[in-house]
Amino acid sequence: MNAAPPSAALTPRLPLWLLLELTYRCPLHCVFCYNPTEFAKTGAELATADWIRVLREARALGSVQLGLSGGEPLVREDLETLVAEAHALGYYINLITSGVGMTAARIAALKAAGLDHIQLSFQDSTRVMNDFLSSTRTFELKEKVAELIRSHGYPMVLNVVLHRLNIDHVGEILDMAERMGAEYVELANTQYYGWAWLNRAQLMPSRAQLERAEEVTRRFRARLGNRMKIYFVVPDYFETRPKPCMNGLGSVFLALAPDGTAMPCHAARMLPGLTLPNVREQSVREIWYDSPAFNRFRGEAWMKEPCRSCPERGKDFGGCRCQAYLLTGDPDNADPVCELSPHHHLVTEAVMRAEQAAAAEGEGTPAAPLVFRDHRVSIPVVVATENAARR
Amino acid sequence: MSELADTARPVIRRGLKLQWEQPQNAYVLLYPEGQLLLNQSAAEILKRCDGVRTVADIIADIERTHSLSGIGPDVTAFVALALEQRWVEVHA
Repeated sequence: MNAAPPSAALTPRLPLWLLLELTYRCPLHCVFCYNPTEFAKTGAELATADWIRVLREARALGSVQLGLSGGEPLVREDLETLVAEAHALGYYINLITSGVGMTAARIAALKAAGLDHIQLSFQDSTRVMNDFLSSTRTFELKEKVAELIRSHGYPMVLNVVLHRLNIDHVGEILDMAERMGAEYVELANTQYYGWAWLNRAQLMPSRAQLERAEEVTRRFRARLGNRMKIYFVVPDYFETRPKPCMNGLGSVFLALAPDGTAMPCHAARMLPGLTLPNVREQSVREIWYDSPAFNRFRGEAWMKEPCRSCPERGKDFGGCRCQAYLLTGDPDNADPVCELSPHHHLVTEAVMRAEQAAAAEGEGTPAAPLVFRDHRVSIPVVVATENAARR
Repeated sequence: MSELADTARPVIRRGLKLQWEQPQNAYVLLYPEGQLLLNQSAAEILKRCDGVRTVADIIADIERTHSLSGIGPDVTAFVALALEQRWVEVHA
């Protein structure tokens, strides 16, 4: 440990960004959900009073950006109470929702309680694909929710998760967004964690699909300019450098699972050897500053080569720890998205296999059945190397 | 950068929130999943973007409060930038 560089990098900053996953319950069954595939086995949800204590403790430490997510946060009947408390404490509050469960009465109550922002997810521009991908019948309902959001004076902000089965509909998706008066559209390519990891082979787009989608996006941007801002999040697997995930774990981001488990990133539950603290047993202060889990990836001492001596390590922090684990079996490895990683071939091979599968498929027909997110099914995480060994 | 009239009344865009954060010892402009840490001059300007004051009012108010002069072009340039960055909007 003495070899670790002194002080600065190891001094934790403030947990500016607090994400509360209020519940894993969700009326949808999305195939690309990042929630853990074993969520059904996790403990009981925190009670209202626990969440309020967490909000107070985190705010006292400097948390100011609050995400309310899930699962579907509208399932929680105390959502309005939590929003009111968070607002009184001075948080900026963003509700991340599928819209299922939103009514005129609830949105009015949330607005009155001080909710600052709503981000609505859509699975696709067509009812058939939306309903197929989420395994529900929700499309018309979402359109109604979009109208509620607009009429209550919130900016219309849409999030659409892209993958091989819907990426060719980007033009229709953006048409729909424009019709709905969206101010911001996030076209977020699937990140392969949780249920999406299980379905990676079916969800990964081909490079040609990706390029077409980017071209369509460029045309919309040129026409609409600032009227509708479009963020196109390129899938990690097509990059040659990793994302600076969470700005480094334990840097600014604190996520809480429904059962009170505290995580330095929302997918961290899968990381081996990480004993995650719980707010039922420890204060937010102890968790943030003192817990081994939150200190585990602070600084650079944990890094292996090529990150350890890489001039870019201060920029991307070695990328995503969860991706390193899922793909290589070791969370201390460089994120294999990086072309400097000795494991980069795992990424390029996955892309290549998806290309081949896409070529073989008839349009819109997945090669293997998709696994829909379901509380009745609990599936342990299997890393790619184990998977390969089993074959 | 778009032309900005002295008579324009900029206001913080809906969905965004400006506030003092003691732990960060600064004003911040909050938006979903992020924040802008403001320096003192940016904060002095954005605090006054209330949809009531005009750009000319904002300039005069800051000059009076801080005993300054000749800051007009800097303030106008910053408000124009804030408009372009969609931190503020101007109602017709």
